[in-house]
Amino acid sequence: MLSEAEWQAIALSLKIAGTAVGWIAVPGIALAWLLARREFRGKALLDGLIHLPLVLPPVVVGYLLLLSLGRSGWLGQWLFETFGVSLPFTWQGAAVAGGVMAFPLLVRAVRLSLEAVDPKLEAAASTLGANRLRVLFTITLPLAIPGLLTGTVLAFARALSEFGATITFASNIPGATRTLPLALYTLIQTPGKENAAARLCVIAVAIAMVSLIASEWLARRARLRLQERDL
Amino acid sequence: MNRRDACGGVPAATTPNALSCEVRKRQGAFSLNVSLDVPASGVTALFGPSGSGKTTLLRLMAGLDRPDSGRVTLGERVLADTARGVHLPIHHRGLGVVFQEARLFPHYRVRSNLTYGMPRDGRSKFDDLVALLGIQHLLDRMPGMLSGGEARRVAIGRALLTGPRLLLMDEPLTGLDGERKGELLRYLVRLTREIDIPVVYVSHDPAEITAIADHLAVLEDGQVAAYGELDALMLRLDLTQRLGGFDAATRLTGKVMAHDPHYALTDVGLADGQRLRVPMLDLSPSSPVRLRVGVRDVAIALRMPTNTSYRNGLWATVEAMMPSDHEPSAMELRLVIGTQRLRARLTRQACDELQIIPGKKVVALIRSVSFDDTLEPIN
Repeated sequence: MLSEAEWQAIALSLKIAGTAVGWIAVPGIALAWLLARREFRGKALLDGLIHLPLVLPPVVVGYLLLLSLGRSGWLGQWLFETFGVSLPFTWQGAAVAGGVMAFPLLVRAVRLSLEAVDPKLEAAASTLGANRLRVLFTITLPLAIPGLLTGTVLAFARALSEFGATITFASNIPGATRTLPLALYTLIQTPGKENAAARLCVIAVAIAMVSLIASEWLARRARLRLQERDL
Repeated sequence: MNRRDACGGVPAATTPNALSCEVRKRQGAFSLNVSLDVPASGVTALFGPSGSGKTTLLRLMAGLDRPDSGRVTLGERVLADTARGVHLPIHHRGLGVVFQEARLFPHYRVRSNLTYGMPRDGRSKFDDLVALLGIQHLLDRMPGMLSGGEARRVAIGRALLTGPRLLLMDEPLTGLDGERKGELLRYLVRLTREIDIPVVYVSHDPAEITAIADHLAVLEDGQVAAYGELDALMLRLDLTQRLGGFDAATRLTGKVMAHDPHYALTDVGLADGQRLRVPMLDLSPSSPVRLRVGVRDVAIALRMPTNTSYRNGLWATVEAMMPSDHEPSAMELRLVIGTQRLRARLTRQACDELQIIPGKKVVALIRSVSFDDTLEPIN
């Protein structure tokens, strides 16, 4: 039903988006908790930095990644010399681009759901002898699960649809960094490939719908579990 | 590790659980400046109108807030000392806290809520406490299904199962309707007699306080206006207005002497040999009992009257009297009956007509039916 090139693009996209979300999940949740529950100097600045990819043109983000993580970039040089890792033009590079672009969405969703957890419940847990870590893992995070799920799926979808930063930082290499949006773009640029482009378009819509429905379903299940038989 | 020394499996005598605090805190225009020693046993009520600083003080004791300056100690243990920069975190204080709202964890069943802070050796207490609080049938429910009173009982059990060295309760009856309130109050009175740790009980309701407290600290504008044993404070005529005004009451203690099943009455003997007749008590003879007598339920006669519906006439001596500070027609009286004190409120006119003066022998008349719902067994 699907051509090999189509399968390749889909599998690559899922791999890259999945890796991106895997990389940003823990730091994203940690930062969201910091923003939701702690007051510190430079909080507004940190908040701004996190949200930057949301408002910058993706090409700018891709270019900044290239400048910092490229072989001659300050971070890229260190990575290459220390670990022999080079990110540009690799699928890992595409995952970095997707992760950076998806990061603000993840942090926002998780922060909102953490802020919705009643601090009075956390205080009650402390009076019962729970230290901060136990409060976090037994009260805060479980109660924020609907938001954690929504945030993760949203970040996954964003990483999946990443185009500008990816093509700038990781280029458009078939089988390595040609994800679904890049494949679609390539087809549109090629005369006589309108049908193939239309097929990819339908696939993209289908994947997006499936992830949205899955997220809604998971979040609702989590909410129901929280308010089980709560009438 | 701190969990271990926080659990009160040790006999009360070896754990000096007296809470002592001497704290100052400013919050906007309000400032709290309190020095208070809570005895190591019994219920100490923090009483006062809203805004008097009761809850602020409780939060400082619990460690939920930091004092601007001062010290909080529990026995030998320093919980907070601003001079030395000590602020023991909440989870290391070993105090049980019951909040105004139950604050049950909505994602755990009642059982898991109860065991959340329970040390491993708390298992043995679990069944007894659950039975005492009457929450056995709720264990497998989610908190969302509980009524207000049930949720409070679970919250109280949850706090006690951590094995605290002291229990702090912040208006635990707030927001319950009259009947649920009375029910939970009865559970609380029973519970506070059963547990061997001191309780600090915040409330603005005089009826609640007289039912449950042994000691009383009256807070006003962030200061302790009066502090002492409840019975002693309730006898102070100058505190009438603060301690409930209209509904002020005193407590008499006695022993069950005999029952009269035909009329459903019980005779209670006071220490000086005089007797009171009250509605039938479900207690065996010689059980000690405490009777709450409202100041408005006492009438005064100069001789033991005959042909009267009053079932109770107690010989008493007028000890002190003071015109009411909020009711121009009324006079507050304090009477001595044996070693006990009883308060009464008369009109000033009656006082003048009967020529009541301190030292005068009178008869205090109390209607038997006025004892309704004000009886409580001791221990």
